[in-house]
Amino acid sequence: MEIQSSNLHFKELNDTIKSSSDKIINIKDCIGQRYIGSGLSNKDITIEGVPGNALGSYLNGSNIIVKANVQDAVGNTMNAGNIFVHGSSGDATGYAMRGGKIYVKGNAGYRAGIHMKAYKDKLPVLVIGGAAGSFLGEYQSGGLIIVLGLGATNDPPVGFFCSTGMHGGKIYLRCNNLPIDLPSHVLGKTADESDMNDISEYISEFCDEFGLSKEEILSHNFYVLTPNLENQYNQLYINN
Amino acid sequence: MKKEGQIRIPSGCAISGIFSKNRENINGKKIIDSITTMHDRSNGLGGGFAGYGIYPQYKDLYAFHVFYENLNAKLECEKFIENHFDLENLSKIPIRKTASITNEPLIWRYFVAPRHSKLAESQLDEKEFTARCVIKINSQINGAYVFSSGKDMGVFKAEGYPEDVGNFYRLEEYNGYCWTSHGRYPTNTPGWWGGAHPFALLDYSVVHNGEISSYDANRRYMEMFGYECTLLTDTEVITYIIDYLVRRQGLTLQEMANVIAAPFWTTIERKDKEEKEKLKYLRNTFSSLLITGPFSILLGFDGGLMALNDRLKLRSLVVAEKQDMFYVASEECAIRVIEPNPTRIWSPKGGEPIIVTLNGGTN
Repeated sequence: MEIQSSNLHFKELNDTIKSSSDKIINIKDCIGQRYIGSGLSNKDITIEGVPGNALGSYLNGSNIIVKANVQDAVGNTMNAGNIFVHGSSGDATGYAMRGGKIYVKGNAGYRAGIHMKAYKDKLPVLVIGGAAGSFLGEYQSGGLIIVLGLGATNDPPVGFFCSTGMHGGKIYLRCNNLPIDLPSHVLGKTADESDMNDISEYISEFCDEFGLSKEEILSHNFYVLTPNLENQYNQLYINN
Repeated sequence: MKKEGQIRIPSGCAISGIFSKNRENINGKKIIDSITTMHDRSNGLGGGFAGYGIYPQYKDLYAFHVFYENLNAKLECEKFIENHFDLENLSKIPIRKTASITNEPLIWRYFVAPRHSKLAESQLDEKEFTARCVIKINSQINGAYVFSSGKDMGVFKAEGYPEDVGNFYRLEEYNGYCWTSHGRYPTNTPGWWGGAHPFALLDYSVVHNGEISSYDANRRYMEMFGYECTLLTDTEVITYIIDYLVRRQGLTLQEMANVIAAPFWTTIERKDKEEKEKLKYLRNTFSSLLITGPFSILLGFDGGLMALNDRLKLRSLVVAEKQDMFYVASEECAIRVIEPNPTRIWSPKGGEPIIVTLNGGTN
């Protein structure tokens, strides 16, 4: 089904998607409608134009492809499925996601992967092709965040306070320098073969969707950040 | 009306701005189209606009836009204005009666110049004299509120959704080189006409998305310099802080941003020596003017526009360029709806001011 969405309120648009018996949904002229794909299973949604905040929130198994940029909180608390963004994403990308995968070709805003968590058999994955803003992986407790730094002007391709409050999961950074303000409760080391094996399939999927060379991406140094078990996170604002 | 503490509404708010560096005329309809896209960020308790370059025929006069709650307030205020200013023109601000905007106050506009004798007697410069008069009316004349007081600019605001407010004020009849707009979703404070954004003093106008937790500390500090916060909402104090730092203290906009959205001490420590000293000086000297809590603001001023996020970037802000046009909004969709193909579109960092000014300078 094809939906011309330019004049639709988000409720009308989302009701149309949910009530459609079609698996394949193409949305044209999207302009800021929120909550597209919220909680949805078993649909393949392609979006032209810029969708609104909380795209794919609570997503539960659908695939979403966006040909442009996305706004804030894409994949908020998503559970399963895939979101491919051919542009850049706004703040809080993958906010509290606990399953599924988000692939952003360009940059991500502040707080990407904040509160990301793994749950039983769920392993959330967020791949950012360009650079991420400050507070990447803040309070991360599980899952994988991968920042490739393609076309980034900074090395490392992250802002301030990367991994603050991290107590689980892994952050991969494709670059030559660790963040200078890496907190003491986080360990940074060069990724070894086993680390790289863990992300191989996600890099493949990223490259397949966006037409990039996996070999070229993998020919560069990667760092891995993990919680420092010897010195666990215990304080930011108060001593707890 | 429920007051602060009696009501709690989840936060939202929308801001949007357009600026033509070439001073081309932008019709008021365009900014309405932009802010309308973010309808769901507002809840109908306030909307407003500021337009710059909209009164070319009176560009050397201060344009006062005034709300009156009753005729007595109008009589008293007009007496004050006539005592202190030469009045070139006065009229009701043209409105369009609509079902969506109700309970409007009396809304009047005055084009004025400070009276020579009063100005000389006050030993103040023209701007300081005018600012003091505006503060005096707002704090001392019951039921009168000057909500716009700059030259060749004007604020239009009301209780309602922004698109309805724009329609109410017939903004399609105005053209300017810069527009800002706001859709309000009040959190801790009541929705009312005076509390709608923009907040303006002289040619500075501020629209704000967020909620500043330093409001009381900021307010108390500003009161020492004669600024009285009378409008029951946090954004008012931001306008006064900017007026104080830029107009009265002579800080640049960048320096002002380094005060209100100061870098963290850890960030300052990593700067080179000269920059470090400067940032330390600004933080220490104006420590009471650090604004904490989430904010994204647009500051309109004579000949320019500035966009700024709080240092943690707790609110969204997107900016874009196309040739000599500059766009800024809470959400990218509000830019794309009026400019589908900007040359460049990006999100500034927290605490990083984006400043645009007219190519040819101001008048």
